[in-house]
Amino acid sequence: MAERKKITILVRRGKKLNQEGEKIMTSPEECEALRKAFSGPHGVEEKSMLEILVKCNLADLTTFRKNSPYIFLDDACRFEKWDPFHMKSLEIEFLRFQRAVIQRTMHPWERDALLVRKSLEEKPPLYNLLIELACTRTSDEFLGARKAFQCLYSESVEEFVAVKVQGFQRRLLVALVSTYRYEGMRIDEAAIKLECQKLGRAIKTDQNNEIEKDDEVLRILTTRSKHHLKTIHKCYKEAYDSNLEEDLDGIQILRDTVNCLCAPPIYFSKILDTAMSVCPTEQEKEALTRVIVTRTDVDMKEIAAEFNREYGAPLIDRIEAAALGNYRDFLVALVKRGMAN
Amino acid sequence: MATLLAPEDFSPGEDAMALNKAFEGWGTDEKNIIWILGHRNADQRKQIRLAYQEIYLEDLIKKLKYELSGDLERAVCHWILDPVEREAVLAYESIIRNYRPDYRVILETALMKSAEELLTVKRTYQFLYKRSLEEDVASHTSGDMRKFLVAVVSVYRYEGEEIEEEVAHSEANILGDEIQGGGGCGGGGALNGAEEIIRILSTRSRPQLLATFNYYKRIHGTSITKSLDGDPADEFSAALRAAIQCIKNPKRYLQKVVHNSINRLGTEEDALSRVIVTRAEKDLKEMKDVYLKKNGRSLEDAVASETTGDYKAFLLTLLGNQDYF
Repeated sequence: MAERKKITILVRRGKKLNQEGEKIMTSPEECEALRKAFSGPHGVEEKSMLEILVKCNLADLTTFRKNSPYIFLDDACRFEKWDPFHMKSLEIEFLRFQRAVIQRTMHPWERDALLVRKSLEEKPPLYNLLIELACTRTSDEFLGARKAFQCLYSESVEEFVAVKVQGFQRRLLVALVSTYRYEGMRIDEAAIKLECQKLGRAIKTDQNNEIEKDDEVLRILTTRSKHHLKTIHKCYKEAYDSNLEEDLDGIQILRDTVNCLCAPPIYFSKILDTAMSVCPTEQEKEALTRVIVTRTDVDMKEIAAEFNREYGAPLIDRIEAAALGNYRDFLVALVKRGMAN
Repeated sequence: MATLLAPEDFSPGEDAMALNKAFEGWGTDEKNIIWILGHRNADQRKQIRLAYQEIYLEDLIKKLKYELSGDLERAVCHWILDPVEREAVLAYESIIRNYRPDYRVILETALMKSAEELLTVKRTYQFLYKRSLEEDVASHTSGDMRKFLVAVVSVYRYEGEEIEEEVAHSEANILGDEIQGGGGCGGGGALNGAEEIIRILSTRSRPQLLATFNYYKRIHGTSITKSLDGDPADEFSAALRAAIQCIKNPKRYLQKVVHNSINRLGTEEDALSRVIVTRAEKDLKEMKDVYLKKNGRSLEDAVASETTGDYKAFLLTLLGNQDYF
């Protein structure tokens, strides 16, 4: 009786009540915002957590837990238990900003050396990451990473890759991490014509996707300068009316190699799109941090332009939709900064 | 230790003028050119080049190429270069000039220096020829030889002293499988594939490789180079042997190059010049000692008896021989 009276008084006073009739301090909209703050997919919304959680009383929290079936499990324990999988994800999401900050402040050589190590220690190995590092950095930048790798792990990158990778991928990957490419603009027109034809022939006659075994294809991709390769790419398009990397589509590592060497913005905008797609793996998600942090000083403008062209939406808009909190603000600021350079 | 004898006191301007005098007139005074340049170290030679350019507005090297000829011209024109530039030029000439690249020059360039020194040579090569050393080696070789030489020239080797015994042991076995699996012990047969031998030789650090070679001998009862002995026409095996010898004992390897070249004079002056010119300021003295031990006569005697004329005079000067003049 007294209970009902209490509730009536509270309702008359315009106070909110939950299903059990307990007083709550937050609105359903705030509840929803809090849920979003915990749900990623990239980062956490610290501001919401700070403001809304502070307002919450115990009744609010119960309501929140009951209405968040993806975060809390209503199971036999007779209380709403944190889903352990979600808790694990949340740990990672909280760390996303920290990781971005550490990557940004780390010396590029150390950063790239750690990434090289990681690329082949993950299961399954991330060949595209290794290719990205070896091909999108300048010769001297990657050399620095090789030196840092020796410092950190007491062995050379070449030894490490050669032992970790078998078969045909080994030849390509060891050569890509070993070479010290000429970075100048001088090219040999005759050699380019000849090599363009060689590539064309090798691709057209390749029956069983065995082109990665072709000595000449490997030689051209792993020793020629980037300017030389970009010119071959152009020559190939004129001669065969298609893009070299598309014709190499059957073998992902060759396709990635060509993209990273000839048109990094295309490669980077693709992996950014994958990172912000519906169900990326953790590895794919990490590319968002890595690409923004490492390219803001290099070719962010071109990447953003390519992204817009290919996916029909500005990069910043996509990041703002996919990421939360400090992490989102950090990335957006880095993109803006890169575009202004 | 170096064998070069160079005075402390010298005047680049006076040397430049003396050289110019040697060029004047109908003939060329080779003796004087040899006397001057054969007694100047790298820094001094650089100053002479600069002085000559300033005074006579001509490149001294171009002038030497014009005034000298044959083996003497090649030796002197290599000698006058700065050591790093010389390595790049020698590598380039060995790849481009011949029908087939001389793999020994590539191996000597890659294996007889530290990782940083090799990198400096590669940078100089790019500066001079606007291409990388790797791409030139790759585009002028093929098959296993290409895979091997490109790998060896590209690697930035780890230079720590640590050795992993287990790895050395297992890789000694792997090498044994590839070498002996193809045609029986003691060579004679072709290699059973070369992927692993190329991987190991071109990526492992020097101390690690020495440990591996020791295990190889212990396990197979014969040294790895003997196992690779075979058909002399098999260039790839010869290159592998040369590389291993270079890694194991560079001075002994060079001594062998010199010994072979002296026995094949008429075709091998380039090798003889190359070794003497590139080592005169480094460790030619120790190499002379090894040569004496191995061949029972001094290197100077060998050079004196097998070469002639001004070319002989130049080589002997670099060997530190004062008596000739």
